[in-house]
Parts: sequence; structure tokens; C-alpha cells
Amino acid sequence: MKVAITGMGIISSIGNTVEENFHSLVSLKTGLSTISNIETIHKDIIKVGEIKLTNEQLAKQLNLPSDNNYSRTALLGAIAAKQAVENAKISDMNAYKSGLISATSVGGMDMTEKYYYEYFENEACQKYITSHDIGDNSQKIANCIGLKGMVTTISTACSSAANAIMLGARLIQSGELDRVVVGGTDALAKFTINGFKTLMILSDDYNAPFDNNRKGLNLGEAAAFLVLESETIVKKENREVLAYVTGFGNANDAFHQTASSENGDGAFLAMNKAFKMAKIQPGEIDYINAHGTATPNNDLSEGRAIIRIFGENVPDFSSTKPFTGHTLAAAAGIEAVYSILAIQNNIIFPNLNFKTNMEEFNLTPQLTLKEKEIHHVLSNSFGFGGNCSTLIFSKN
Amino acid sequence: MQKCYINGMGCVSSQETYDTSFLESVEINTTENIVYAKQPSYKELIPPAAARRMAKGVKMGLAASTKALKEANVEVPDAIITGTGMGCIEDSEKFLKALIDNNEEYLTPTNFIQSTHNTVGAQIALGLGCKGYNFTYVNGSISFESALLDAKLQLENEEENTILVGAADETSSHTMELFKLVNIIKKESDQPYSVLDSNSSGVVYSEGATFVTLENVKKENSYAVLEALQIQNELNIDEVESFISSFLEKNNLKIQDIDVVVLGNNGDISFDTYYTAVDSLFDQIPQVYYKHLSGEFNTASAFGFWVAASILKNQAIPQVVKMNSFEKANFSKVLLYNQFQGKDHSLVLLSKC
Repeated sequence: MKVAITGMGIISSIGNTVEENFHSLVSLKTGLSTISNIETIHKDIIKVGEIKLTNEQLAKQLNLPSDNNYSRTALLGAIAAKQAVENAKISDMNAYKSGLISATSVGGMDMTEKYYYEYFENEACQKYITSHDIGDNSQKIANCIGLKGMVTTISTACSSAANAIMLGARLIQSGELDRVVVGGTDALAKFTINGFKTLMILSDDYNAPFDNNRKGLNLGEAAAFLVLESETIVKKENREVLAYVTGFGNANDAFHQTASSENGDGAFLAMNKAFKMAKIQPGEIDYINAHGTATPNNDLSEGRAIIRIFGENVPDFSSTKPFTGHTLAAAAGIEAVYSILAIQNNIIFPNLNFKTNMEEFNLTPQLTLKEKEIHHVLSNSFGFGGNCSTLIFSKN
Repeated sequence: MQKCYINGMGCVSSQETYDTSFLESVEINTTENIVYAKQPSYKELIPPAAARRMAKGVKMGLAASTKALKEANVEVPDAIITGTGMGCIEDSEKFLKALIDNNEEYLTPTNFIQSTHNTVGAQIALGLGCKGYNFTYVNGSISFESALLDAKLQLENEEENTILVGAADETSSHTMELFKLVNIIKKESDQPYSVLDSNSSGVVYSEGATFVTLENVKKENSYAVLEALQIQNELNIDEVESFISSFLEKNNLKIQDIDVVVLGNNGDISFDTYYTAVDSLFDQIPQVYYKHLSGEFNTASAFGFWVAASILKNQAIPQVVKMNSFEKANFSKVLLYNQFQGKDHSLVLLSKC
């Protein structure tokens, strides 16, 4: 059973609204830059997809009191979720059985790393101790959209938001909820910057997914949320439907805590499950928004899995991470918005920075902005712990 | 629609709950504000070299899940769904401390790799070679219940037939110190600690892991049926009664149909009033509490689930968890209610097989 998407909201390094993001995508404008909001010894070496607004500016947008204890993750999430709810033209959030399924990997780590020792000396910053908690971040997002109901959060590293969308769709399908706001949020933190640095998968350049000479990923921060609603609400409220979630699948690579298997078993299984649910054939996919982090391991594994599914007829595909950087738990939310924009505007966003085909296979991503009728988009997201997720978005 | 049977369980907690029969020996703590898990021997479960690198939460999770699968006679489940409030907090702390103390230099990836919240579920999958659906829920005191709900929907729809569902949370020193700073953890001066006769705010903190095998077929050793559950982000005290009655109504039940209620009292006088608010609803049936045994932590309610399912299977309530003196000859329906600091409320309904 398909699930209607009736609203979306996003804040990323390429724009503070859906419209701004779309404008950057079609003008091929990257959001990658040197870092300015975080003090780190890597600031001159790495490029990141940073949102150039301070926490104070974000809090002001949300009309929060100055003594609020929101982490940056909660601030970004609340802004995107509010946009999504406004976009869906929801006047009373609790008029139907409603829920929020959020996703994050860092939660309030930005504050924890800032005040780690200071907490013991300065009472004023102690208000942030409880903001570390992932659930606390989601609770704040729920408060900002006036939601009283089911709120939960998924944290499966870089596939988190895809899984939030998946659970949301399942809750609508089963009748457990009538309306659910789903997505993810992750702020940049020294914790993740250094974590990926130690794994030696951070690029010192602009990331180049599926390129033979790719050097790794750029991190980014962002938040994006969708509103999913039941057919009953869509009819009753005469909603404009942006697109539908028609298929989803999650599988585990069960290969290694951080690396993907060489043949992309988990990715292959996830895509297969999504096709089975959507009841469509791989040949019907018009565009793949790939996970494409530009790490040597991901792109090889994902490319192989794509070939296993699509054979000789791989549809147009691209990774939009050269625009935004890898926004971790939020990535699948961001890319869900881009998939919906592709469907709405019948346009494929190019895979920036690609020059040379990988030696392992002959896959060339879409390199220019391409207009064509788009009915079905497949979006992949993979995370640490072997977590592999696929979503299929459809026009009808 | 298929039913959702609890066919196996494993529990590692601050009590001897792993290799023993149900609550046969317990210790009541009145003097420690943090109680650590009594971990089983991992020798048969995890190769020693691997065990040394593994976080406590992962090891407890592996032990609990191994037992849950064994009891249900399942080798590899179709899916693994985990709940955790803090994830692998000890690895997060180690990595964070190293990066702050060494000004972002000389770092190694091991702690970072293990710090992601889905490490427990991922390591179980890796150990079992389980390529199925694998989710991790992280949302305070409803982390475990979110996992239960997800599993229940999939079993009832026959998307999967056997799902390993569980929860794991570990303590870690820095976080515990921070929790003391903001009175989440009780003060030394609040001793002797007690859950029911408390006159202080805050809780006795702990850790543990509980896993259950849920299947859509009844087996000889089935514990109980997971009938229904509901999650709610926040409630005022005066809304609790209607939260419970509308949940029962939705499941075509009356208050009188409930035989036992299992409450999440944790000795925090600022919030145990939520449970007092439901007292009058359930004043003619046995009431059960368990956090005096498990301590409080984000997924302590999974310990409560283990208690409730065991009561249904054994058809007896151990004296040590009784809150009142009501007796019943047999129990067919048990209701669990839990919340933390007035947030993340859950209701879980179990019934006799």
C-alpha cells in the first residue's frame, strides 16, 4: 500500500528551505566550504557542508527563549520539521493520530564536546547535560510542531533517516497512525569529524562519488522531514500529494562493523525487498539517488549491488553528496526531499566532480542536469553496522 | 492477523538473572546510587580476544540474545530490532575524552567505530550472520517499546516470522558523574535508598540487557502473547487515567479484565506520582514493581517486560516484586505502565498463551 507524502522541509548547506535547495541543485552550486562554526585543528584541511547560521540565529528563527537548551541537532531538526508541517498545511497537529519518527547519530554531542569538563565548574552550562540524549532532541522537535503522540527515534548511523521514513510508512499502512512526521537531523561535531578522520575516509578535496580517483567523503550537517498521511486524511483534507512512498527495504550486510561487503550483499537485499513491496520491476526506475559517499569502499560495494540488480540497464543515477556533504543520519531525509523534487520537476540532479570511470566497472553517473519524465526514484542509504536501506518514491 | 508470541527470553541485570530460575535470589540495594550489572561468564559466547575489545553493552546484549534464541530454539532470526537509550556510551566517552585531552591528535578509530548506537544490534547480526532487517531505536525510556512495536507490526502482517527484539544499556563513569550533577541520580545523603518509601528525587542508576524472541507461532515453551502497546511522548498527571482507559477501550478491554499491573516506579518522588495517579484504577488487583531490583536506566522497562512475561508463564508473582497484598488464583492479562520524568510513557499488554 502506498503512503502519501504531503509536506517536506529541509535545511542544509545549500539552502534553508526546499526552494533554496532546489535552486542550488539546478544551478549546480555546492554547499561545501571551510568550517566556520566549530573550532577544530582540521578546519583548514577539510571541507564540509556547513550551514552558515549560528545556534543563536537558528534559535531566533524558532522564537526560542535565549535560555533554551537546544543542541544544534535539535535546532536544525525543529526548523525542518516545522517547514514540513507548514508545507502540508496542517493546522491542528493533534487532530489525527499523529507521530514523529526522527533520526540522528550525534544527538546533542555538539554541546557535550563543548562543555565536557566545564560542566563540573560552571552551573550555567549544566542545562545542556540532558540535551545529549537523542530522545531529548526528538522531544524538542515534537514540541516545536505541537505534537502530542507517538515520538520515537532511530539511530542506525548513516541509514537512520531512511529507516525513520520506513517505520513511518509502516505505521500509516498498519493504521497505527494517520499522520507521521519522519526524517532526520545531524549537526556537525568535532566528534564525527575526528571519527571519520581516524577512519581515513575524509577527503581533503571536494568529494567525487563513483570516480576512480575518489578520495573519501566530506561531512555535512542538515535536517529534513516529510509529512506522511493516510489516504483518509488526503481525501478528507483535500491534500496536495507531493509523491508517494511505494517501496522500502532494510537488510544487514553482516560483514563488518564499518565496511561494506565487496559485492554489496546488504544493499542488494535492501533494493530487492523495496522492489517486492513496490510491485515494480527494476526497469521502471527512472533515477537512482545513490548513497555515493565517495569513499573507496562504499562506491565499489554500492556500484556492484546496483549492477547485480539492474544488470546492463542501470538507470540514470547520481549522488548528491558533492552538494551537501555526507549528512550522516539526516542524509536519507535530505535525499528523500531531492528525490521528491526530481519527481515533481522531472529533473535529474548531476553527480558533480566525476571525471574517470572506476576501473572495477563501467558505471558513469549522470553528469549534467537532465530533464525527463520521472515516475519512480530509488534512494539508497547505508550505515555502519552493515545497515542497508532502500526507499522507492513514486509520482502516482 | 497473526499473534505475537514471546518464545524465549534472556536477561542480564544487576541481579542474578541470567543462569538462574526466575528471581530465585535477589539482593535489595539500599546503599549504592549506581548498581552495576552482574555479568555472566562470556567464555562460551565470545572469544576472549574479541571480548576484551567489546563494550559491556554489546557483551550483555550478546549474552541475553543468545539465551533468548536458545530458549525459542531459533538459530538465526529473520530480523533483529534493538532499543537503547544511550548506546555504547563508554566508547563514545573514551573517544571524546581522547580527542579533547589530546587536542584532536593521536586518535585511533576503535572507540569511534563502536560508539554508534546500533553497535549492539549490528554485532549480534554479525555474530549470527543475520542479513535480515536490523533497526535500532534510541528514544529514552520508550526505546525498547519502539522495538517491540516495530516487531509486532511485522509479525502480525507475516512480513517476518521470527524476530529477536531486545534492549541494552551500559553505564559509563563520566555520564554518571554528569547525571549526579543534575540530580538524575540520587545523592549519597538520600540513603537508605528505596523505591516505594522514597522521600528524595532522582533514581538509583543501573544497566542491563534483555532480549526476547518474538514469533507468530505458539511453541511449547511460549511465555505469553504480546497483545498491544502504545507510546506517548508526554502526559500531564491528570491525563494518565484516560490514557490507560482509552488504550484498554481500543483493545476491547475493561479495567476489570486486567489481572496484574506492572508499574515502573523508580523512587523519584517528583515523578512516581504518575503511578499513584493510576492507583485507584487498579486498587483491587496485584500490583508489581521491579526497579528496586533492576535499578533505573533507559531500557529498564525491558526488565519489567521480562518480569511480566515470566509471571504469566509461571502463574505466580514472587513476593519480592509485590506492591500490595492482593492475590489472584490465575492471571490472564498483565498491563505494564512506564514513564521517565513525566515523558516517554508506554503501555504494554501481555496475555497468557
